[in-house]
Amino acid sequence: MKQRLVLVGNGMAGVRVLEELLELAPDRYEITVFGAEPWPNYNRIMLSPVLAGEKSVEEIILNDAAWYQERGIALHTGDPVVEIDRVKRRVVSASGRQVPYDRLLLATGSNPFIVPVPGSDLPGVLGFRDIADVEAMQAAARRYRKAAVIGGGLLGLEAANGLMANGMEVTVVHLMDILMERQLDATAARMLQASLEARGMRFLMETQTAAVLGEERATGLRFADGSEIEADLVVMAVGIRPNIDLAQKAGLYCERGLVVNDTMQTFDPRIYGVGECVQHRGQCYGLVAPLFEQAKVAANHLAELGIARYEGSVTSTKLKVTGIDLFSAGEFNEGPGDETLVLQDPARNVYKKLVVRDDRIRGAVMFGDTLDGTWYFQLLREGADISDFRKTILFGQHDLGDAGHGDETRVMALPDSAEICGCNGVCKGEIVDAIQTQGLFTLDEVRAHTKASASCGSCTGLVEALLASTVGEGYEAQPSKKPLCGCTDYSHEEIIRAIAEQELKTMEAVRRFLEWRTPDGCATCRPALNYYLLARWPGEYHDDPQSRFINERAHGNIQKDGTYSVVPRMFGGLCTPDQLRAIADVADKYQVPEMKLTGGQRIDLFGVRKEDLPAMWRDLSAAGFVSGHAYGKALRTVKTCAGKAWCRFGTQDSTGLGVRLEELTWGSWMPHKFKLAVSGCPRNCAEATIKDFGVVCVDSGYELHVGGNGGIKVRVTDLLTKVDTEEAVLEHCGAFIQMYREEAHYLERTAPWVERVGLSHIKQRLLDDPGERRALYERFRFSQRFAQHDPWKERAEGKQAHEFQPLKITA
Amino acid sequence: MSEWKRVAPLEEIPRLGSRVLDTDRGRIALFRTGDDQVFAVRDACPHKQGPLSQGIVHGHVVTCPLHNWRIDLASGKALDPDEGCAHAYAARVEEGVVWMQI
Repeated sequence: MKQRLVLVGNGMAGVRVLEELLELAPDRYEITVFGAEPWPNYNRIMLSPVLAGEKSVEEIILNDAAWYQERGIALHTGDPVVEIDRVKRRVVSASGRQVPYDRLLLATGSNPFIVPVPGSDLPGVLGFRDIADVEAMQAAARRYRKAAVIGGGLLGLEAANGLMANGMEVTVVHLMDILMERQLDATAARMLQASLEARGMRFLMETQTAAVLGEERATGLRFADGSEIEADLVVMAVGIRPNIDLAQKAGLYCERGLVVNDTMQTFDPRIYGVGECVQHRGQCYGLVAPLFEQAKVAANHLAELGIARYEGSVTSTKLKVTGIDLFSAGEFNEGPGDETLVLQDPARNVYKKLVVRDDRIRGAVMFGDTLDGTWYFQLLREGADISDFRKTILFGQHDLGDAGHGDETRVMALPDSAEICGCNGVCKGEIVDAIQTQGLFTLDEVRAHTKASASCGSCTGLVEALLASTVGEGYEAQPSKKPLCGCTDYSHEEIIRAIAEQELKTMEAVRRFLEWRTPDGCATCRPALNYYLLARWPGEYHDDPQSRFINERAHGNIQKDGTYSVVPRMFGGLCTPDQLRAIADVADKYQVPEMKLTGGQRIDLFGVRKEDLPAMWRDLSAAGFVSGHAYGKALRTVKTCAGKAWCRFGTQDSTGLGVRLEELTWGSWMPHKFKLAVSGCPRNCAEATIKDFGVVCVDSGYELHVGGNGGIKVRVTDLLTKVDTEEAVLEHCGAFIQMYREEAHYLERTAPWVERVGLSHIKQRLLDDPGERRALYERFRFSQRFAQHDPWKERAEGKQAHEFQPLKITA
Repeated sequence: MSEWKRVAPLEEIPRLGSRVLDTDRGRIALFRTGDDQVFAVRDACPHKQGPLSQGIVHGHVVTCPLHNWRIDLASGKALDPDEGCAHAYAARVEEGVVWMQI
């Protein structure tokens, strides 16, 4: 028989637990849900757009009645639970329903705090908490003109903005001298106030409400100094209180909120609590992101998996007021021992402040340009050392070098028609609409529904900023520990470590040991595992073609029409007349429709039918060519300039060194594609400073540069070191590559990897300890013994023949 | 009128892989899943006609190599949140031989 689970509180936190639980253990429980409101679960953080008239109530419903029905969940709306009988293990509702439980989940949320002044119980005094409040405000706006909002925090300003959109004259009354003092420092708060005043919002700062005036209904406010204003509608938005009446009545231990432990259990182990009603490690949360983290943990334990723990959340805030970009996170007011980095530009109305201690971000406040808020927040949560890029950090990650979406940084100020994703042609309006009407909370969800930032990813920052601004405090930032894919909860790092430490040598072994949820993984984890195993166990692990993306399985680049392109390797970009003739002959023989010179100094043959590939490779192989790996997460090309042999400025033999580097490195599989270049002098004609590993020859030796990228986001290399000999160049290059192969996440280019782990970490391993550098270099050379077999030649000789031959019906 | 036709021994399709079959109705992709079932789907993704046969097979799903749409092999339908359908054909394995109805 199924166990019985009762959920009290039909809101976002409680229903999120059910969603997570049904994923993990769909058949474990017979589920009953009680909700005090007459609605199915709706997106409470979208109340502001509903109030402002931008959305209807129907559009913010997250789970409609059919959702409950399809999952066999009994839903009782408009029927609050009034009693928990812990001895008989049952709940009693206002309408008299009695439902027994084996497990009980309390998600009763919170109530608005109504300031206990005379008149606060008059009609016309509202909180801003649920659909009923919104409907009452809209009704008031149709009849009356003047509104007062008590409370200049996040909620109060959103309410005030919504009432203005309904045509009311709004005065915000705030006790403190600055707005949103829990999220903003004085500078940002004043900029915000000025922006809102420019839209017509009025403010009474440092003003204490003494009474609500009126007989039948609110007509105004009187303040502590005796002054008065008229107001036909008064909205109290000074804070929320965890709703713990029911829990207290049942004798559950409560302080400010219902106290729960790290597994979200109350003092009665059969009773769980999540959401705004609970208090965890002394903290009550009123933002959605922490509630969702709690929900994940509660679901995990209700499913009896018993491995998850909730350890508290660091929160960030975005203000959801149309057209205003505002961000804050962490400790935004500096204390003793903190340093502040500030960028302030009054003409552009931009303000950014980071509070830093020991080269780590403790807090951030931004006004105007908030695009990098998500990046700062990530650095804050990870406790990342920022010393390597401290001098440019205020300019942001997106200041330079992005391609594909113009140079916009103020997303909320953009018109709806502005194109955000240049790959898939997605505009701001479409993204915002999808977030609001589909109830999206994560970047992955936005990508899945709109395709924005789902291709090259260069607009990810903009999409994240839009997501954060649209859902405000509900934005779920990328978790600090990100699972590899939906098949597992383990991160790239944990998987890499397990493969090494547990000596896991097959994909099945990895999936078994790490308890994969799918029998054979997915299109994301299979290529990653295949790479990690190949990189860790050279010569022992057998490559799995079915876990390769098609380009690497077919050893050519798939094109939009299903044909392939073929790029033979030309070491260092050098070629001979015979080689060119051989390529021309192959192109003629196989009727190649187009040839092109690539940016990496190679020749690309387009439009080859898959069936023709092995024969074409046989001809190329006979002419001395090997695969150029132009299709792979692998060593691509070594680009060179003319060098000392011909160029009057050349200082070293850049072409010769380029050939030696390519002979050392060709054929090696990498976390992502990898490009090299050698320039013969600082004029740098081979563009070595935007390559993964670049050599710039100088008269006295060789400068080695790492972590450059010329693509989606241009990143200039960091100088690793300078060496004296070609041998030293080879050793440093091999060691750098091996370190990247061992440490980086699959599909992470060197540029983000260098930024993630920090240049100092790389220097430490490659430069400070020559023994370690040599060991890395030796490991690279060892793995090359198994990698430098030409895949084209092998397939021309018949390997994997089925890949290239269509089947025929035989009878 | 479609009829059952013998295609190939099962071992000629790699596990978690596929082969293509040219027919008078166009190119059809035959997929072999991890549990040794075989599915037949028109070799064109409903999104931009990507060759599904070249995708990665996982569970009873193939991920299109061009833009990562996921197609349910049994029905040919795109999985949420994408929408569309690649035509699926009936296929079965009998005594180690793959048959399909066409």
